[in-house]
Amino acid sequence: SSHEHKLNFKKSKELCLSYIQDAMLQKQWKRAAEFLTFYVESLEKDFSREYVGPSEMIWRIGTEILCHHSHSNMKEFNSFIEQMKTLGVKRYLKVCLEHAFHLLCNGLVDEAYQNLSLAESWRFGEQTAIQDKEMKLIQAYRGLLDYYSWSKQKNILLEHGQDGSEDLSVEQEMHSSFRKAAVNLQEIIKIPGVWDLFVKCYVDLLEFYGDHNEARQVLNEYAYNSKFPANPNAHVYLYQFLKRHGESKKSLVSALKILHEIVPSHELMIDFNTMLQKSKKRKKRRLGLEVIFAVLDYAGWKENVKAWSCLARQVKQIVISGKHLDWIKQEWNSRKDWWPAFHFSRYLAKSNWQENASLSYEKALVAGILLGKDCKYFKYVSHQGCKTRVKRFRIMKKFVNKHNAVYQRISG
Amino acid sequence: RDFNERCAQCSEVNWGLTDGGRFYCRSCHNVTERTREVENTDFVSNTRVQTISKGLRKQEKNGIGCEWYVCEGFQFILKKQAEALEALGVCPRMKDDVLCNFWRCYLQKSKQAYCDRPAGETIRALSVHDSSTDVDSEPSLLRLLSPSESEGDLQTDCSFASSASKVSASTSVCSGSVDGSLYLMKNQKEKMRMTMPMTLSFCYMALLWLREPMTLSDLLRFVVEGHIPYLNVFKHFPEKMKLCGLDLKIFCVESWPVYEEVHNKMLELAAFLDLPRFPDITDSCFLHPDMLCMKYLMEANLPDELHNWTRRVVKKICIGEADFLTLVPGNKSTRKVKYDVLAVALIVVVLKLLFLLDDHYEWLLSDFAEERNKNNKEGVFYSGAPYFEFKKWYKVIKCSLDVEKKKLDEERAKCLWRCEKPLFYSADKKSKVLKRRQMVVNLQNQFGKLSGSVRPAEKPNPSSFQFSWSEENTDGSCFHGHSLKGILQEKCGVLTAMNPDYWLCTDKLCTEKLCGHLAHYREADFPHSYRFVLRFFSFLLRIQPSYIHDEVCAVEQKLFNKKLFKRTKYSTGLRK
Repeated sequence: SSHEHKLNFKKSKELCLSYIQDAMLQKQWKRAAEFLTFYVESLEKDFSREYVGPSEMIWRIGTEILCHHSHSNMKEFNSFIEQMKTLGVKRYLKVCLEHAFHLLCNGLVDEAYQNLSLAESWRFGEQTAIQDKEMKLIQAYRGLLDYYSWSKQKNILLEHGQDGSEDLSVEQEMHSSFRKAAVNLQEIIKIPGVWDLFVKCYVDLLEFYGDHNEARQVLNEYAYNSKFPANPNAHVYLYQFLKRHGESKKSLVSALKILHEIVPSHELMIDFNTMLQKSKKRKKRRLGLEVIFAVLDYAGWKENVKAWSCLARQVKQIVISGKHLDWIKQEWNSRKDWWPAFHFSRYLAKSNWQENASLSYEKALVAGILLGKDCKYFKYVSHQGCKTRVKRFRIMKKFVNKHNAVYQRISG
Repeated sequence: RDFNERCAQCSEVNWGLTDGGRFYCRSCHNVTERTREVENTDFVSNTRVQTISKGLRKQEKNGIGCEWYVCEGFQFILKKQAEALEALGVCPRMKDDVLCNFWRCYLQKSKQAYCDRPAGETIRALSVHDSSTDVDSEPSLLRLLSPSESEGDLQTDCSFASSASKVSASTSVCSGSVDGSLYLMKNQKEKMRMTMPMTLSFCYMALLWLREPMTLSDLLRFVVEGHIPYLNVFKHFPEKMKLCGLDLKIFCVESWPVYEEVHNKMLELAAFLDLPRFPDITDSCFLHPDMLCMKYLMEANLPDELHNWTRRVVKKICIGEADFLTLVPGNKSTRKVKYDVLAVALIVVVLKLLFLLDDHYEWLLSDFAEERNKNNKEGVFYSGAPYFEFKKWYKVIKCSLDVEKKKLDEERAKCLWRCEKPLFYSADKKSKVLKRRQMVVNLQNQFGKLSGSVRPAEKPNPSSFQFSWSEENTDGSCFHGHSLKGILQEKCGVLTAMNPDYWLCTDKLCTEKLCGHLAHYREADFPHSYRFVLRFFSFLLRIQPSYIHDEVCAVEQKLFNKKLFKRTKYSTGLRK
């Protein structure tokens, strides 16, 4: 329409907002604050039908500015946030929660605790039910802070040993903190979600008080309940727990299985492979090979001696036994096109040899088996290694030469 | 219709109007309780008008302020605006003679519309708990009353939402003025219903009548700059005149007025009031193109010599005649003159005539001029004015324009619409509104402190000129005295442009009545120099470039119509 350029309330506020955003992107906090003063009157006539209304905008922008502006301080911030809390009932708990985070980030743990407690006691008609999720989070974080108190009190007691009656009150506080923390943490982890921190703390509490069964159950739920989002850490926690309590290899292995599927490059895969290699079951050993090959697909493991030594060990063992060469063949099939350039180039041979002889040793062994004695990597490293007269290189060279025919069978 | 009830005392039908707005029997002076809504066209309209113009002193006071009518509010506003104009240097006659009379005339003419309804209806609209309220009026009243949606507050603004029982409660406080709801509901189709932008139309009409040296674009700019009360002018209303509810819709401004809107309304108004031909615009008037062109040329930092050319064009197309320039209300056949836009368009046409502005020729001419200037400087005797170099001018103007445009854009973003006098739709909203206001003020203070520099003084000094260039500047950034020598030549004793060409903005004008425009300006179709020139003047006048473009097309059509006419004749001839 011909009046598109007409400047009205809404347009001028949109314009103002774009100036604020520009200033913030350029970290010009003074300028952002200046334009914010002109923007705030949009609160007085909140015609916005968009999802983010001015009050949310002002809350978020104001928070950013106060966080970064050199002249701002916690007191200002707190007074600002208190005003924001009164702006919108629908957002009240969210603002409280984020306020608590800010306080924690600034080391004000007690204030954060107070805020969370206050928020916990808030009731507002049907809003209470609608904001149930935020409420659970608030309770969970308060529980977390209770755990933190518990932890501090526990450490005090452990330091002091058995002496003194002053420990009695500390002990009582400790138990009380435990109860408070446990109640809230327990609640939040029932809801499907990613609650690593809460789970860890809760399990810690349970273990301390000897409730191993409950702990195991919690961790199992967290790892295996399909309603929960796939979370590698859940499996890691479970594994660590089982290891701590000396569980059988079988259960340890099963705990790591899914982790291998989700995060093949996880650092625990080394342990996993080690366990699997030693297994009597053929299937497990087969899996072990798959696991270690998968690990080395990732650039982060390229120069990891341990990983290569696992692979080398297993490959050697298979070659010596003469059985199951087809395993290597299967694994090598999808890798023969790119592993040579990825791991076994002449350049890498040189740099690996210079930086880490052990690394090159392990790799050369693998290269020799997979690519034959004429491959660049093996040739260079074994030549260098033999020059230095280090025993193991000579042995390796002999070994590879002996089993040279293997690589043909593997790649064919 | 006629108030035909017989007087309770003397049974006569002979009614008059008291100052208090009640009807009284002229025969026996019995005063009734009938309110003034119920009016009689038989009355000498002046009685009512006089009542209003006597102001609020005679109003009755009830507990919550006095009764006041919407048109009184507007009257107050007009008075304030006229005073502001006077402070800006406008002739004092404007307020008491011209504007006042226009307003009275308007009241007379428009009040007739108010009378055309049966007496009973008006009262019903304002009654409380009236279950027999007109069903049709309810929803529209609701619509009018509940524009806002608050997000997140449980005390929802939607207390006006559908429940019928709440409606009657709210209608009792639906406006502070007596006839606010009536005003909005009943007169929606009435084109001459008074609005805030219309106050400016009144002002401009008065200025035009007096031929004051203030163009409409000047006026609107002064409004935006805050020299003329417009935004939040109700904060100056007397304490007793309470605003709430639907009054907000009438008096609360949420956008700046647009030139076109104000101008068209002014024309409608002039016709509505049956005004005669306005005082002649002669060549000694400020609004005459010769004068205005001079002003704009100065402001655009262009050589004074160009003025000769604008005068020539004006003469050639006969737009300097009083008959063309003077406003004759109601005459639909002539196109109404927008003096500022016309002047600016003339300058653009002249620039095209002399410099072509095809992104090529003007730079060529500029290079020649530069050469000549260089040679002149090196010579021993240097006399006369330098040759005008388009390139230099462009650089200087572009620089200044960018700076000012940036400032203006920031100002637009910093526009504050609310004032310290809070408005609320109804009494139960009051506390919430006040709380919000308090919060806004707190936040403004908090972040204002973090803004660093102190906010500069608000209003720039009111000035007719936005750019000023001084010849005393030694940096050569003033081009007023520069010469057009290099681009002119003499032919048969007449000075003409060296530029032989001209390109028309459009070869055929659109019909204004169909689409509202004479042409359709699409930036990408035109040379950069042309666009730049349009941009500059559109900034000056605070209007869209397409506006000026339209006017340029119109001027060109007039200027070249003989040639165009010949061309079409010729082409049709060929076809035969």
